[in-house]
Amino acid sequence: METQNSKSPTEKTNVLNTIRNSINKVLNLIRNYFSEVPLLGWFIGTLTAVSLEQLVGRLIALSLGLPKIPVLFGFVTILKHPYLIPSTILYMLVIYILPIVSIARLTVPITNWLAGKLLVLPIFISVIIHLGLLYLIMHLWSGISDYRVLMLRFILIAVIATLSLNVVNGYMGEFSCSHPGFMALGAYGASICTVVLFVDDSMFGPALLPPAIGPFMFPIALIVGGCLASVGAFLVAIPSFRTRGDYLAIVSLAFTFIVKSLIENLEIIGGARGLSSQPNWANLPSIFICAVACVWIINNFVRSTLGKALNAVRDDELAANVMTVNTRRTKMTAFLFAAFWAGVAGGLLAHVLRYVNPGTFGIQKLAEVLAMVYFGGLNSIQGSILGAIGFNILSEALRPLAIYKWIIIPSMLILIMIFRPTGLLAFKEFDVKKIISPKQKQKKEVQNVIASN
Amino acid sequence: MSLLLIEKMTHFFGGLRAVHNYDLEINTGQLRGLIGPNGAGKTTIFNLITGIYKPAEGKIFLDDRSIVGLQPHQIASEGIGRTFQNLRLWRHMTVLEHVKMARYSKLTYGLIGAFFGTRKRRKEEAENEEKAYHLLDMLGIRHLADQIVTNLPYGAQRRVEMARALTIDPKILFLDEPTAGMNPEELIEMMEIIRQINKELGLAIFLIEHRMKVVMELCERIQALVFGEVIAEGTPEEIQNNPGVIDAYLGKETVG
Repeated sequence: METQNSKSPTEKTNVLNTIRNSINKVLNLIRNYFSEVPLLGWFIGTLTAVSLEQLVGRLIALSLGLPKIPVLFGFVTILKHPYLIPSTILYMLVIYILPIVSIARLTVPITNWLAGKLLVLPIFISVIIHLGLLYLIMHLWSGISDYRVLMLRFILIAVIATLSLNVVNGYMGEFSCSHPGFMALGAYGASICTVVLFVDDSMFGPALLPPAIGPFMFPIALIVGGCLASVGAFLVAIPSFRTRGDYLAIVSLAFTFIVKSLIENLEIIGGARGLSSQPNWANLPSIFICAVACVWIINNFVRSTLGKALNAVRDDELAANVMTVNTRRTKMTAFLFAAFWAGVAGGLLAHVLRYVNPGTFGIQKLAEVLAMVYFGGLNSIQGSILGAIGFNILSEALRPLAIYKWIIIPSMLILIMIFRPTGLLAFKEFDVKKIISPKQKQKKEVQNVIASN
Repeated sequence: MSLLLIEKMTHFFGGLRAVHNYDLEINTGQLRGLIGPNGAGKTTIFNLITGIYKPAEGKIFLDDRSIVGLQPHQIASEGIGRTFQNLRLWRHMTVLEHVKMARYSKLTYGLIGAFFGTRKRRKEEAENEEKAYHLLDMLGIRHLADQIVTNLPYGAQRRVEMARALTIDPKILFLDEPTAGMNPEELIEMMEIIRQINKELGLAIFLIEHRMKVVMELCERIQALVFGEVIAEGTPEEIQNNPGVIDAYLGKETVG
């Protein structure tokens, strides 16, 4: 008996270990199998999948017994009608997973060759081609339903907002709670510009400029909104950047409430009733361009030595100061810069909803943006993108669960905070060239090394 | 004309007089030492000169220009590089990023360059990187360039700090206990590096050190500090035989 007792725990751990090992083995196999697929390959695979859905998606969905094409990867369908789980999974397999995986893998030689050829050209051409493909994918995917278009617009705006908050909370290591305030300033600033100038409105009277030139002036309205947010940021920064620590969190939280109640009490811009009749200019392409510009500029900034100074200030402000870094100016610039992009995000949001009221920019908005930043990962561009996409899709997908959604999402956040305290993809460089370059080269080098040995 | 001239510098922490009537004169290429028991005010003197504290009284001139009241980053750009007693590295950054960062004040591409990646920025960043690699070569840590500093052994971290301080093109380098916590092997290497910097770059060096062996071998002139006051100044031999210094370190001989 005794020998058996002493044996069984080790056997148990052995079994567990073998299971873990075999899972790792399989994962590694899959990873190796797809390690040579360049981004171009994934894009072409996805493009095929979305075109397939466009062409035969409806047919397949109906023949599988689904009422319509699953709008959001089948999450909603599964949660509403559990008996449709097998057919939804089958649909996802046929339309998405199989085409993407097989085409990405089969075209490896072609896509690698193509990516290599593109890399010979100036890098921006290659980037533009990739972005074009990405937009095409989004366009085709969202062609199925208006819900998807709206979803994409919200996600891209969330990407801008998350990135801008990441500059302060991640790269600079301060804790700012004023982003809803900045977004409110941006939203109202841009809305007032467009509504006063280009819309016949009961509140502000007839349009001052011909509405035809409006869409071209939309970027300027957004910039005005962003600059207004920067002015707000300046007011927050003056009292709170003299010292480090919790002061900024407190002052910025106060700022959010001040902005909210200020707008509520300004009857001239609608007060608590809000401001409506914004023109519908924030469509998918214009938001996509804004998001790309945001990613590009913020990434440029944080990868330059001037931007890296933020990390130096975060990790050791005194050392940064003694190493010639003007820490006060650095912090100020970054904060105003982040506020600008938050303002742009607010302006876009106002033109998607085509109605804003001060209540939109309260504590819940703050929780949302903070959750996206910490979910995706501090100090990383791809983290913020992942955070914005993941959080939005999750919160839409779990919508049928109603109130339980707000139990599941926070508990996921808690789990992430426990197991990855800085977020899923924290402290990563967003190196565009590395991302779009062909992936097969590495293998050749390895072979050469083996051969030389 | 002296490179660094300090006259009657005094500083208080509350009621405590941390530094009193401190005088110093360093010329180009000199290697000077500052010794003293714990709490004598050595690091405070470094912090006063580099602008982290503002002296209550006294004058500080670098190249005949007063630097009292300037911000630390301004004083650093004027040409004072320093290292810290307890390493103060940026824990999420790589070795190369550390060294590049210290050229912050020499970058002229501005925010436009930072946001849009202009040609001027690419050029300046490339130059910056080249200079950084040059210094890393000199300190023998080029192979560690892409490592995050917290993953490095202690001796290498000290070298990173030294490379970072040298990047700002200092006229004078302040080293706060450069050999603290090093094993004998690393100690000898570090002393060699300090000598090399002094000889090859012709850089004035002012160092705080606890290990008598290091100070006595390296420095031309030494000041001994006790309770914020200089009690002796002279060549290593003079300091070694100075009764006041011996008293301060070993205590007074009592007749028993």
